[in-house]
Amino acid sequence: MSAVLYEAPGPRAKRRNRISNIVVLVVLLGAITWLILRMYDYGQFEGRLWRQFQYSSIQRQMLDGLLNTLKAAGLAAVLALLFGAVFAAARISDHKWLRTPATLIVELFRAVPLLILMFYFYFGNIQFGLGLGPFWAVVFGLTLYNGSVLAEIFRAGIAAVPKGQREAAYALGLRKNQVVRLVLLPQAISAMLPAIVSQLVVLLKDTALGFIITYGELLYVAKQMGGRLTYGFPYIPTYMVTAVIYIGLCSLLSLLARYLEGRSRRRRKITGAPPPLPLTTDPGSAPPI
Amino acid sequence: MFSVLTDNWPLFRDGFWLTIRLFLVSGVLSLVFGTALGAFRVSPVPALRGFGTGYVNILRNTPLTLVFAFLFFGAAKMDLALPNPFWTAVGALTIYTSAFICEVVRSGVNTIAPGQAEAARAVGMSFVQVLTIVVLPQAFRAIIPPLMSVLIALLKNTTIAAGFSVVEAGSIPAAMSERGENQLVTLFWITIGFLILIVPLIFLQRWAERRTAVA
Repeated sequence: MSAVLYEAPGPRAKRRNRISNIVVLVVLLGAITWLILRMYDYGQFEGRLWRQFQYSSIQRQMLDGLLNTLKAAGLAAVLALLFGAVFAAARISDHKWLRTPATLIVELFRAVPLLILMFYFYFGNIQFGLGLGPFWAVVFGLTLYNGSVLAEIFRAGIAAVPKGQREAAYALGLRKNQVVRLVLLPQAISAMLPAIVSQLVVLLKDTALGFIITYGELLYVAKQMGGRLTYGFPYIPTYMVTAVIYIGLCSLLSLLARYLEGRSRRRRKITGAPPPLPLTTDPGSAPPI
Repeated sequence: MFSVLTDNWPLFRDGFWLTIRLFLVSGVLSLVFGTALGAFRVSPVPALRGFGTGYVNILRNTPLTLVFAFLFFGAAKMDLALPNPFWTAVGALTIYTSAFICEVVRSGVNTIAPGQAEAARAVGMSFVQVLTIVVLPQAFRAIIPPLMSVLIALLKNTTIAAGFSVVEAGSIPAAMSERGENQLVTLFWITIGFLILIVPLIFLQRWAERRTAVA
């Protein structure tokens, strides 16, 4: 409940809230029951549709899909962090000839839809016969987009360190390189960490775009499994299992981000370090510009 | 270079027009549902809060492509499919984007210091007055920039519909591939098209941010 909008309830409001609560619960339960009955009526709980999950060959296929997802996400995360570090360094450079192109590139890759970025590599590969499979299209696409967002997070994190820190470091005669490396970065890292991790959640989710360019990741395997006539086209069972896997993985990372945010907020109370950057409200591709 | 665009102009025009329609329709619907969800999350009724939290946590951790796949392939198995591919895509985009708009609205309302509303109630304002005169005008300032980010993301996310046989801008490369056109040039023009759509939104966002900033 928001303290801004609602006063502490009195006896009448309490009763009203309790009644509304029960009504809402009944409606929600009704909706869930309806959905389950609907699934039952359309035979979605029949054993035939769920049977293929028992076979070890199919379990292995799903596991391979999951591993492909994690492989693409892991490699893209490493490359994106590198990309982000390089471009953030270029963006805070004192040299205009370095700063301007870096800013342009970062802004460009954040504005182009991720799928289009992947298409460049996918169709480029077909056109020029580069021998790079869809795996690399997914990895490079994710790297360019998330690397650009991370560059922006790094830059904002360094800019958020109180000005006095930088001034004091320069006053001591440190060089720019030393100021950034010894004074600004160590303080900025803890403020950036939650935002970085939540961007990695976005990256993990976006590997599912690989499905569209025929990369054999989890969602691709799920489509194949759902399309099997022998098991009565079990799309709903497979997508339910897939959703649980994705939500589980991403929730774990999200929890980590939240934990880091809480930790850095507590530390800030003690040390006066900069506040954590806001977690991205990034729905898969939007930059918190 | 130009001939790729001019020779296939109807394809580009229709594709981007569908992208814009997808964006506008699902943008409006997401704003409506997202705001309602945001209201649920700050409401005094625990069940509504629980529903809002559950919805947001599930949808934010699900890939949009999976939402699309479920609506396109799964929903038909229960006879719950939406009437045509356009509305199915709108459904997927709306279900997904609402969760993000909900979070923007909620955190916007939470930026207001409780003292503001307490003072307003102390001078005798009603709930509606507190909301429309005191809370919303101030929350607006915190809501606009992230809301624009969410909408920009929505515009970019419409390309995912291309993977599900909706002929919007993202599906142009596949069609051009059949015509044997140069794919990189095609993609270049699609990129330009998206920049034309997105850059004004980014400037609008910056303008609104300046406009609502506290002097």
